[in-house]
Parts: sequence; structure tokens; C-alpha cells
Amino acid sequence: MQIVAKGLTYTYDAKSPFAAQALRGVDLTIDEGEFFGIIGHTGSGKSTFVQHLNALIRLTGGSLQVGEFDLADKKCDLRALRRRVGMVFQYPEYQLFAETVEKDVEFGLKNFQKELSDADRASAVAEALETVGLDYESVRGQSPFELSGGQKRRVAIAGVIVTKPEVLILDEPAAGLDPLGKKELMELLHAIHGGWCKTVVVVSHDMDEIAENCTRAAVFEKGKVAMCGAPADIFRRADELAEMGLDVPVTARCARILRERGIDVDTNFTCDDFARKVIALWEKGGEGRAQ
Amino acid sequence: MEAVRFDNVKYSYREDEDTFAVNGVTLSIEQGEFVAVLGRNGSGKSTLAKLINVLLEPTEGSVQVFGMDAADPDLTFEIRKNTGMVFQNPDNQTVASIVEDDVAFGPENIGVPREEIGRRIDFALDAVGMQAFRHATPNRLSGGQKQRIAIAGVLALLPKIMILDESTAMLDPRGRREVMEVVKKLNREQGMTVILITHFMDEALQADRAVVMHRGEVVMDGKPEEIFARSDELETYNLTLPRAAYICKKLRAAGMPVGEAFTAEELAEEICRSLQKA
Repeated sequence: MQIVAKGLTYTYDAKSPFAAQALRGVDLTIDEGEFFGIIGHTGSGKSTFVQHLNALIRLTGGSLQVGEFDLADKKCDLRALRRRVGMVFQYPEYQLFAETVEKDVEFGLKNFQKELSDADRASAVAEALETVGLDYESVRGQSPFELSGGQKRRVAIAGVIVTKPEVLILDEPAAGLDPLGKKELMELLHAIHGGWCKTVVVVSHDMDEIAENCTRAAVFEKGKVAMCGAPADIFRRADELAEMGLDVPVTARCARILRERGIDVDTNFTCDDFARKVIALWEKGGEGRAQ
Repeated sequence: MEAVRFDNVKYSYREDEDTFAVNGVTLSIEQGEFVAVLGRNGSGKSTLAKLINVLLEPTEGSVQVFGMDAADPDLTFEIRKNTGMVFQNPDNQTVASIVEDDVAFGPENIGVPREEIGRRIDFALDAVGMQAFRHATPNRLSGGQKQRIAIAGVLALLPKIMILDESTAMLDPRGRREVMEVVKKLNREQGMTVILITHFMDEALQADRAVVMHRGEVVMDGKPEEIFARSDELETYNLTLPRAAYICKKLRAAGMPVGEAFTAEELAEEICRSLQKA
């Protein structure tokens, strides 16, 4: 499903003294198959935007097409849309509620696919839990509240992917995890991506994460898309990002200093690629000297 | 003076089991130190923190805070007054609907006289740079601002130790910077002993000392730069290097003559030097 937003606007608490315009005309296209990143500091409108994608916030201005769903159409089948566009909120483990892991994960399924037999439902739950790296038999009967923080988050994600949404949106999915937990989570998303899950959209403050994982990214600033493109193209504009109060990856900061000193590192800003390119420069320099 | 002393401390969340969240920790933290505590989720960092201000009592061993024995129930109150704790979620630490009432909550509870409370609110809000928000509503502040208010609430009790348990984890980069600036300032200017539990390696680099926990034990203890120089060991505890240090390691592995670098600036410097030599 392709996502096309045109001139999207949204105001919180409209007609009240606290009215705050969160979106001021967002134009953005996310193609099917992308691993798309959304960057921007708090209050830039990124969360408001993603909540539009499965109609948690209803369209009030502009247009939004998600696959065949026209969100401006009052008769748009929201149930069908939400089944195909899954949303993982920030700190989704805070939304765990059921007595057992199994009951928590199957909740969405029971609501979206009432027709499923018990056996089919159990196997879907098992598959979702295995996908997030948990052993179905050993966790199914446990209370989700007795699990570790990282496991809780996995259960919460399983509860969203159990319906196999074609588009999966995650708001800061790795926030608060330790470095290895972050890495494992991104690997998990890559493993899902390309199968039944065609498109992944991640909101993140971690620029290195964006550089290392995304096909393209959009930078939100004051309710608009300020930049959109491959991470390499975005992070080359480090000065502009800094002006917006955003961080840039360590590699981009380093590349900028090197450029000022006349050394051009042509990198996509992932750590491995950056190291490779620097080593190549060094080896070339060495050869030059040898000749 | 010794601010915190752990002698072979063990703690188990389940009385009937032999699994220890903190497993034989001996540790001494001096007054005025800024110590970062690193380790995977579940390595015992938060348990360690809670043992310091007697939210938990050791199963074995002894904890002393400024010479006060944490096992003595008569001293619990005094220890807690001296060890302020800031948690992860800013929204869970707000008790009042106006910033100054929120900051006053702690001192009111320990019976500080009215005029003195006013002075403490001034001091605390100045220290975190939030004086302008004195009459604001906490739920309309940003995450970083809310955490600064939480820190102010702790400061109003005039503690000697401040423990931050992943207090920047839920903040955006700007909020994280704000909180780290406040913490560093308190440490430098007021000699506050700071214990910072974090997953962010760049925050650990700003501390005087880093302690790595693994399965309830302290496995590494030293200057952050020394700890990060021992990258292979760090890896066995499932911790990652700061990205600049990781790149540096790769360059060295390929034979490039680069020294240690922990920040983008240091890395650029090292690369420049070795390219010029080549």
C-alpha cells in the first residue's frame, strides 16, 4: 500500500485558548516496500502525522490516501484499514493488560478476525510470539507483567503483528532499551519487513538508527516536511539539521569536520561504511606514497 | 568522605530462591564523584540504586550512606533525605498541578517551615533553569522540562547524593542535553555526588567514573575512557562502544595508525593525522 499525504493539516484543541497547530500542510509519499524513517524533535508533528495513517486521528484538512483507502471519505472502512495498518505506540509495554501473554496477544485478533477458530487463533499467536523471539509454550501462560522490560515490549509488538499488517508503524520502538536490545529489535523489524509486512515506518530520535536502517526518511519541522530523501542525502545537510535543533549521526559530524579540512568521505553515514571509506582513502594515500 | 559503601551486598527479589539481582557487590563512592552505571537490562543497576536509598534492604552484606548503616531503621529517613532519586518516566513523578507545588511536595512532607520552603523552591528552580515556569502546569511542559522539575523536587530536599535511574531514556536529544547539563552543573558547582544509570554511552563519557554491572556483579570499574578502551571485554557484557570508538577500532584493525577517540571531533582529529602521515 502506498501512502500519499497532500497538504495535511491538523490543529489540537481547535477553537480553544490552547489551540495548537501540529500539522501545517504535510506533503509526503511513502512507497510500498520502504523502511521509512521519520525524524523531528518533540512537537514537530511527527506523531500527529503517523496517527493519521490508521485514522486514530481523523483527517480534518488536506488529503490522505493509504493504499485503496481514501481517509477523506467519511465512509472509509476504518476497521479494514486498521487491520492492514498496524501501529506500535511509544513504550507499548504500558498497554499490556491481560492476565496472560496469550490473552494479551490474541486480543487484536479476536476483534479483527472473529471468525477464526480457536486452533487457528492459537497458531497465529504462537507465530507472532516466535517472530518476536519468544517461546510460545513457555510464555503463553505467564503474566505479561512478570516479564523483563525487553520481553514485555516484544509481547506488545506481537499483539500488533499478530494480524499481519501490511504497513507497520512504530513510534520510537527502541527507546529505553539497552544497546543490544535496540540492535535485536531493529533486526526483528528487518526480518518481518519484506514478508507479509510490506512497509515499515519508524519514528526515531536516534539518527544513527535511521542512517543504519532506513531506505528513506523525512525530517519534520514545525508541522511540515522539511527534508525527504535517502538518509545519506539528509545527513549530508548536517548544518541545516543542527539549525533545527536536531542531532546528526556521529559519522556525519565527523565527515563535516573532515570536509572543512579538505578530506571528502563519500559515505552513507553508517559506521561500517564510514570506516570502509576512510580506510580506502588511507590505502590510496599509502599507494600514492609508495609510487 | 565516603558517600556510599557496599560491602559484599546481595539482594534477591524472591526469598525462596538463590537468584540474586545484586550478587556480592563491594563498591565505594566518594562524595562529589560523578559515577555512571552501565549494564544490560536486568544486570542489577536499578536494584543497586534502590539499595542506596533503602527502597530495598540487602539480603546479605551491608550498605552505608555517609557512614549511616542502611540496616538501621532509625536512620532510614535520614538516608532517604540525603539520597534523591529521579526515575525514568517524567509523567510518573509529578504530584501537583502547578510546578512550584510539585517542587514543594518533598519539603512539605518532611515538615520544612513555610518561609524555608519558599527559599528552597527558588534555589531548586534556579538550579535546573526552570524559574520562569514556576507557575506553569507540568503537563504542558516538554519531557526534558518535566524531568528538570523532577530533579528540582529532589533538590528541594537538599540531598547530598542524586541518583538518576535512566532519567534521560524517554527524552528526545534536546531534553537529554538539558538534563545532562543540569546534572553536570550540580556536580561541578555544588559538589553533588551523582550516580547516573544509563544506556547512553555518550552520557557515560561525561562522568568521572564508570561502573559496569553484569548479572548482579560489578565487572568493570574505572575512568570511562579506560572502560571503553577495553572493548572486547565490554562486548562480553553485551555492551556496545560509543560509535566513534567503534569506528576507531575498525580503522585500527585495518592497520591505520589511529589512537583512541570517543567523540566525532576526536575521531576527525585522529583520521586527519593518520591520513596526513600516509
